[in-house]
Amino acid sequence: MMPLLDVSAPGRVLTTVGKRFDRKNRAIDISGLRFSWGISSPPVLDIHGLRVDKGHRVFIEGPSGSGKSTLLALIAGVLTPQQGAVTVLGHRLNTLSSVQRDRFRSDHMGVIFQMFNLIPYLSVVENVTLPCRFSRLRREKALRRDGSLEAETRRLLTHLDMDHPGLLSRPVTELSVGQQQRVAAARALIGSPEIVIADEPTSSLDADHRHSFIELLFAECRNAQATLIFVSHDTSMASLFDRFVQLSKINLADQETSKHAGGSH
Amino acid sequence: MAVLALAIKSLRNRKFTVGLTVAAIAMSVTLLLGVERLRHQAQRSFTNTISGTDLIVGARSSPVQLLLATVFGLSDSPNNIDWESYESIAGHPGIAWTIPISLGDTHAGYRVVGTTKAFFDHFQYGRRQFLRMQTGEWIDSEKGATVGAEVAEKLGYRVGSGIVVAHGAGDVSFIKHDSHPFHVTGILARTGTPVDRTVFINLAGIDAIHAGMNPADHHDDDPLTVHAMSDAHHEDEPNAITAFYIGLKTRSAALSVQRMINEYQNEPLTAVLPAVALQQLWNITGVVEKTLLAVSAFVVLVGLSGMLVAIMTSLNERRREMAILRSVGARPLHVFSLIVGEAGLVTLVGVFLGIALLYGLLVTVQPLIASHLGFFMPMRGTTAHELLLLAIIFLAGVLIGFVPGFKIYRHSLADGMTVRI
Repeated sequence: MMPLLDVSAPGRVLTTVGKRFDRKNRAIDISGLRFSWGISSPPVLDIHGLRVDKGHRVFIEGPSGSGKSTLLALIAGVLTPQQGAVTVLGHRLNTLSSVQRDRFRSDHMGVIFQMFNLIPYLSVVENVTLPCRFSRLRREKALRRDGSLEAETRRLLTHLDMDHPGLLSRPVTELSVGQQQRVAAARALIGSPEIVIADEPTSSLDADHRHSFIELLFAECRNAQATLIFVSHDTSMASLFDRFVQLSKINLADQETSKHAGGSH
Repeated sequence: MAVLALAIKSLRNRKFTVGLTVAAIAMSVTLLLGVERLRHQAQRSFTNTISGTDLIVGARSSPVQLLLATVFGLSDSPNNIDWESYESIAGHPGIAWTIPISLGDTHAGYRVVGTTKAFFDHFQYGRRQFLRMQTGEWIDSEKGATVGAEVAEKLGYRVGSGIVVAHGAGDVSFIKHDSHPFHVTGILARTGTPVDRTVFINLAGIDAIHAGMNPADHHDDDPLTVHAMSDAHHEDEPNAITAFYIGLKTRSAALSVQRMINEYQNEPLTAVLPAVALQQLWNITGVVEKTLLAVSAFVVLVGLSGMLVAIMTSLNERRREMAILRSVGARPLHVFSLIVGEAGLVTLVGVFLGIALLYGLLVTVQPLIASHLGFFMPMRGTTAHELLLLAIIFLAGVLIGFVPGFKIYRHSLADGMTVRI
C-alpha cells in the first residue's frame, strides 16, 4: 500500500528535471486533500498526493460510490476540500473565489458525463458551442482556429465521425446515445481546453462504440494537447491509457471505511 | 445575455406548458385591465353625461336617486311636483334658465322624456357641449318627437316615422298609448350619453296621452272618443312635471338657491348639485369597484401562481441541465438568473398578450357595452396608471421567479456537476 502514488510515467527520469520545470509541466497536483460532505460526516476522500503531467491520459478506476465523481468535482473546482490543496495548471483552486473557479473551469476544462450530456432545448451546434457562451478565452481560441464557431463545431464533429449531413439539424434528443456522447466530446474539446474530464463517458456505449469513442477522444486530445482525466469502473480499456490509477489505492478514506466494515482485500 | 438567450430557447422547448401559463397570465391581465377601463370609463361617462346644469330639482328624495332617475334614467322616477312650484321657483332672479322634464313613459324600451325647447337650448354634456340636430328639427308640435341617435339607428327611424308611446318603464308594457301616435320631427347627433337613448316629446304631448288614461275621468271604453275629448280639453300648461334642471346666472349662488328650494313651503322638494350627487354615487359604487379590482388582482396572482407551480414542478427534471451548465462554466448566479429570466419572460409575454387580448376584446365587445351599459369604450393607448399596474405585474412575476431561482441556486451549489435524481 502506497500512501503517495506518483502517477508519472515509470520510464520518465524525474530526478534530472528541475523542480521549476517539473511544476510548470504539471496539469494537476493534489496534496493532503481531505473532503467530506458535512462537518460531522466521515471523509469521502483522503488523498495524500496525486499528480498528473500535462498532455497525459490518465485512467482513474474505482467502483461506483467510491468518490470518483467527487474527485472530479474537486479538480473542476465545483467543490473545495476542507483540507489540502488542489492545484490545476499552476493555480491553487482553494485560493480562488467561487466566481474565479467557475471562470477558470470554463476557460480551461471540458467535461463529459456518463449520459444525458446535452441540453435538450439546444441544437447540436448550440450544445457544442455552449462553453464559448461562458468563456471568452475558448471562444477566441475556437475562432482563431476555424474562423467561426460553426466551422469549428463541424471540424470537431467530423473528427468524431459525426459528419453525416442532417445530423446537425436534428434535435439532440433524437440522437443515439453514442452520437450524444460524441457531441458531448466535441463540446468538451471546443476552444482547446487544457484539461478534459470524462466521468464514465463510455459506460452507456456498447463495446464497439466504446473503443471507437475512446480512439476519437484520444486523437482529439492529442490534437489539442489536452490532458485527459478519465474515470471509470470498467478497467477493460485501462491499457490504452498512459497511466492507470486505482482510486482505492490512493484514497485513505476508502481504506479506513473498508477496514471498519471488515472488508477483505 | 447568454443566459437570456438560453431562457428563451428553454421556454420554446416547453411550448405547451409555457403556452398554458402565458395564456393564464394573459387572461388575468386582460381581466384586470378590462375592469380598470370599465371602471374608469363608467365614471367618465357618468361625469360627462351632464354639465353646465347647476341644480336638479325634484320631489323630496335622496340626491342619488334623483340624479339617477333624471339624468341617467336608471332609477324609478320620483313623485311629481306641481307646475306651480316649478313656475314660482323658475321666476327666481338668480336663475338663468330651467328645463322642465316629465318621465315615466317608454317607447320600445327607450325612455320617453317630456320637455320643452329649453332642453335643446340649454342642456349641456361632456365639456359643456350643446345638443345638435343630426337631421330634422326639434319638436315643433304636440305630436312631434325628437329621438336620440341610437333610438333612430336601432329602430330605423327617419324624420316622419310614426311612434307609439307606452306607459311605464320596461320593454313590455301592457298599457300602450296607441291612441296618440307621434311622428319624428328630428334626430339628435350622437352624444355618447343617455340622450342617445331617449325619445323627447313635448310636455303637452305627455299630458295629452295621460289625460286619456285616467279611468276616473271617463268610463268610455272607446279610445277614440276618450282621445278626442282629452285632446279637445287640453291646456298649454301641464299640471305636474317630474323634475327640472336649473342653470344659474352665477354659480356661486348655487348653495343659497339650493337651500331656498329645500325649504320651499308649498311642497317638499329636493335640489341637488349634480357634482355632489355624483360624488355620493361614487362613494356607493366605490366599494363594488374596489371589490371588483381586488378580485381581478387576485386572478392575476392566481395566474402567476400557476407559473410558479409550472416552474417548481419542472425543477427536478432540470437538475441535470443545471449540472451541465455548471460544467461548462455557468455560475450558480447564471443558473439562478436563467430561472428568474424564464419567469420574467413568461410574465412579460403574458402581459403583452393580455394587452393584445384587451384590445381585441374591446373591438368586439364595444358595441355591446355601448348598447347595454350606455357608454362608449374608446380605443386608446395605455395610460400611465395602467402601465404602472403592468409594471407591478411584471415585477411580481420576476419576484415569484426568485422562489424556484433560489431553490435551483441551492441545488446547483450542492449538486455541483454531479446529479442526483
